[in-house]
Amino acid sequence: MQTNTTLQEQRKAPLKRNDPPAVQAILILLTLLFFAIFIFMPLGLVFAEGLRKGVAVYLEAIREPFALSAVKLTLITAAIVVPLNAVFGVTAAWAISKFSFKGKTLLVSLLDLPFAVSPVIAGLIFVLLLGTRTGFGSWLGDHGIKIIFSTPGIVIATLFVTFPFVARELIPLMEAQGREEEEAAITLGARGWQVFSRITLPNIRWGLMYGMILCMARSIGEFGAVSVVSGHIRGMTNTIPLHVEILYSEYNYTASFAVSTILVFLALVTIAIKSLMEKNVHNHQPTQH
Amino acid sequence: MKHFHRHTSRLTAGIALFSSLLGTAAQAAPAANTLLNVSYDPTRELYQAENAAFAGYWKQKTGQTVTINQSHGGSGKQARAVIDGLEADVVTLALAYDIDAIADSKLLATNWQQRLPQNSTPYTSTIVFVVRKGNPKGIRNWDDLVKPGIGVITPNPKTSGGARWNYLAAWGYKQKQTGSAEQAKAFVKAIFKNVPVLDTGARGSTLTFTQRGLGDVLIAWENEAHLILNEFGADKFEIVAPPVSILAEPPVAIVDRNVDKHGTRKLAEAYLNFLYTPQAQEIIAKNSYRPRSAAAAKKYASQFPNIKLFTVKDLFGTWRQAQKTHFSDGGTFDQIYTP
Repeated sequence: MQTNTTLQEQRKAPLKRNDPPAVQAILILLTLLFFAIFIFMPLGLVFAEGLRKGVAVYLEAIREPFALSAVKLTLITAAIVVPLNAVFGVTAAWAISKFSFKGKTLLVSLLDLPFAVSPVIAGLIFVLLLGTRTGFGSWLGDHGIKIIFSTPGIVIATLFVTFPFVARELIPLMEAQGREEEEAAITLGARGWQVFSRITLPNIRWGLMYGMILCMARSIGEFGAVSVVSGHIRGMTNTIPLHVEILYSEYNYTASFAVSTILVFLALVTIAIKSLMEKNVHNHQPTQH
Repeated sequence: MKHFHRHTSRLTAGIALFSSLLGTAAQAAPAANTLLNVSYDPTRELYQAENAAFAGYWKQKTGQTVTINQSHGGSGKQARAVIDGLEADVVTLALAYDIDAIADSKLLATNWQQRLPQNSTPYTSTIVFVVRKGNPKGIRNWDDLVKPGIGVITPNPKTSGGARWNYLAAWGYKQKQTGSAEQAKAFVKAIFKNVPVLDTGARGSTLTFTQRGLGDVLIAWENEAHLILNEFGADKFEIVAPPVSILAEPPVAIVDRNVDKHGTRKLAEAYLNFLYTPQAQEIIAKNSYRPRSAAAAKKYASQFPNIKLFTVKDLFGTWRQAQKTHFSDGGTFDQIYTP
């Protein structure tokens, strides 16, 4: 607050000064109220419910083998999905922002499909595509390759629902940066990979990281699409969100909230990484933006 | 620049760590001493107990350690998943038609119901009502469900096995009383007028009734009704047994194609036969399902109220016929239900 006003004083006279203090107070109060109702209260409730029967019960719920396997599966899924989508996102953003080709507009529109389509439909698409009712699916089954109702299916469904994040983050960034720097590098004799690793990647690194973080958050929390392809085998194909739902429908509320706190922790970690990065952006690139 | 390289090296380290994690996960392929039991919604607690008992029995008999994995959901939805490739070794579903549907996709023999005793149903159950404490709306019989202003909670018969038993129980009650299928249809239609929401499975409906506080009466499996009283306390809900209801026969079967693929036929057979043993029948009764064995039935008789039970065969023929008439596209449910 303090630094903000001093900064603003150095520039032009801030508009905000004209606001009567009452308006300021009301706006701040409303914001705080909104935060209290929609963020702090539910967060507090999750922890309160999880700890209602004591720390011992809480620890038991999150150390129980089914819970651990759900955590493991969720992290494995994120660990596969995030790097793959990072590579895909950079490729797609590169192709779309630096080259012009036929059908580009269509491609850009299609990129949003996973956001537009309901996650349940996304899951069903893969069940229909890779389930045993299609020739391809039954061929896979006959050769002992399990995709749907096992880890690969969950990874594929998560890949699908999260693939626009990185590309969406990078396309405007790369378009804004244009291709002058790369072209200069090429005239100076740099090869393709050199151009990418020395010019392009450093230019987009924060956008890339930010896209990856969004992608990570969504892949950890995805419920709908994963629920359809999971098969709900306890200890094998349940991710954390699915496990929370199962515990809840088994009247195991305390455990269900306890496991939810793992999701909350992961979300908080994600947010922490994000704000750390934003700080970095301000420290290291003061002239950009 | 330097900064970024430091980040990337951390990133690669992270990826390496995760891929080693992945390596350990890939080894956990199904072995010959692992079974997957794909079951319907309310049997979670039952099979948790049965699986532990069977594991002990099998260990004692053969020295092998056996793992039984569980998957639960609406009966129809679970059958669908098995047809789509969920590799169940055994299915323990809410009604015969759902296993017939799996047999239709050539995953198991069509005569599956003759392969185990008592039409492959190791236990039975019936359909009762759960009401709020004190029964404020005075619900005693099926006729009370059509009264104006009564909220009735039942799941969707398209996806839930329990809901199909509920539906046929109500229909059968009226048809037996009046001798007319037309009147039965009008009666069921009147009940569904009082249904505010259709969940996909029995457990979903239970949560709607108990947690969300919707409705005055929940039409439920007898076992689920007892579970509600255990979980939420007899001071909040009570069970009302109607004078007439349906004999629900939830069957079990081995999925031939999958056990042959996994090499688990022997184990799967032993598992299902175990359900008929005195030990397993006790567990069945303790979980408020009606046991088949006379000894367990006698021992736990006080737990099960005397309800006049009719069977699907009495009124509706085979489950295939019942499914076709009532629950397939264009069946009576589609005709009477308008949300």
